[in-house]
Amino acid sequence: MAGRTLSFHPDDRFHAFLRTVPDPAFGEGRLSGMPVAVKDNISTAGIETTCASRILTGYVPPFDATVVSLLKKEGAAIVGKTNMDEFGMGSTTENSAFGPTKNPRDETRVPGGSSGGSAAAVAAGLVPLALGTDTGGSIRCPAAFCGIVGLKPTYGRVSRYGLVAYANSLEQIGPMAADVPHVNLLMSVIAGYDPKDSMSLDAPYFHTPSMDVRGTRIGVPEEFFGEGVDPRVASVVWDAISLLERKGAEIVTCRMPSMAYALAAYYVTCMSEASSNLARYDGIRYGPPVDVKKPWHEAFQERRREGFGIEVRRRIMLGTFALSSGYYGKYYAKAQAARQNVRKDFQRLFTEVDVLAGPTMPTVAFRFGEKSDPLSMYLSDILTVPANLAGIPAISVPCGKVEGLPVGLQIMGRWMEDERVIDVAYAYEQGGGP
Amino acid sequence: MITERDVEHIGTLADIAILREELEEFTTSFNKILEYFDILDQVRGEGTGEEGAANVFREDEVITSLSQDEVLSNAGETEDGFFRAPRVM
Repeated sequence: MAGRTLSFHPDDRFHAFLRTVPDPAFGEGRLSGMPVAVKDNISTAGIETTCASRILTGYVPPFDATVVSLLKKEGAAIVGKTNMDEFGMGSTTENSAFGPTKNPRDETRVPGGSSGGSAAAVAAGLVPLALGTDTGGSIRCPAAFCGIVGLKPTYGRVSRYGLVAYANSLEQIGPMAADVPHVNLLMSVIAGYDPKDSMSLDAPYFHTPSMDVRGTRIGVPEEFFGEGVDPRVASVVWDAISLLERKGAEIVTCRMPSMAYALAAYYVTCMSEASSNLARYDGIRYGPPVDVKKPWHEAFQERRREGFGIEVRRRIMLGTFALSSGYYGKYYAKAQAARQNVRKDFQRLFTEVDVLAGPTMPTVAFRFGEKSDPLSMYLSDILTVPANLAGIPAISVPCGKVEGLPVGLQIMGRWMEDERVIDVAYAYEQGGGP
Repeated sequence: MITERDVEHIGTLADIAILREELEEFTTSFNKILEYFDILDQVRGEGTGEEGAANVFREDEVITSLSQDEVLSNAGETEDGFFRAPRVM
């Protein structure tokens, strides 16, 4: 039965969507008729895709991202494109060129970011499933702040083809939903080998979540409860870890010294990659056009000044600086050494434990404007960036509240053990978690 | 210390124009962020790239790709099936 359509007219009072499709088509399959929201940096044929940036206003991709093709193949209805920090650069969704998204749990707070629109759409009950992208925590942060579940898969397990590039070596598309079984379902649809992504792994995902954690060794790095972590958040997360212990898991405290340099390594790397990736926005091939009568550099510089927001320009310029002659060794090369140390730390820890656990975010959702200083916003990503640096899977699952605001429990697993992080999250969710 | 002149130079390298009134904010935030990045001076060792990653070869076979019309569909100006760009010289 092809050719059926859904009626989608949500009451989007949190500004989760940048645009919706009022009558999306759907087909047969495992997601038949299920509405799925797609972050606006994932290409959708025939549906405007802007990355929440003015420089892509009016851009209508002539092709679908691989994940979108896979969703359609399983019968899903693509109901709209969700708001985000411009090009994924932010942790609050306040950096959207089209206005921020509000947190459905408390409208005076940010939903987190950069996949804030996807998280808000799920938390507000507008869609059961959403796609986000995670470069340094952009799925897990909004999942934690909005009280939903979000998985950053192992790097390479989900195709990036059609994802508008920000920092290629770090980013992954991943599933977001209200509970672990829905995240598991969406992951099973989007994972798999894609020759169009040069880093794609041939590792399809077919898994039935198990809530049996008996004998699972859960490592808890001291550094994940260090400076900057709200003690009330720490206490809620420790309660969650204790619950897993009561269900038969073994808790092992451990150390992760490379955490001291992880955040700087992450930001130097993502800014450097961004400075290269975002060079493509020249107003010639897509987006608002340049004045072709002007000289090249003048036209190009003007278009980019008008088209990019402050934070995007800041990151492009800092990345340019970090890669420039005389500074490459001090910044980029050192960042890659620090990244290697993070990988080694994880490898060592994962010979002793099966997963690592801690808070997803150091605090609950910020108030609007609270993180107006860029560095203070960067610092809030400290607990999520290590998984991206190492390419390992990590999930955020709601584990309680502080002053009525959701707190996320983060579970990180070995490379390619997405199934195990799903299981531990499921055990917690089913085990009497809030 | 990064100066306003440095920031203007980086803007030129990155092909991003900076307005006069933006210079101060960019310079202040650059210095704050770069000061934080100085922590990397303490890192020992070398980055060795992607461990376990292997080059993947494939046959160079012709497959269908986007049509010329599709590729040009988002362009501001086109001429005879090409993009129109500002003059270089």
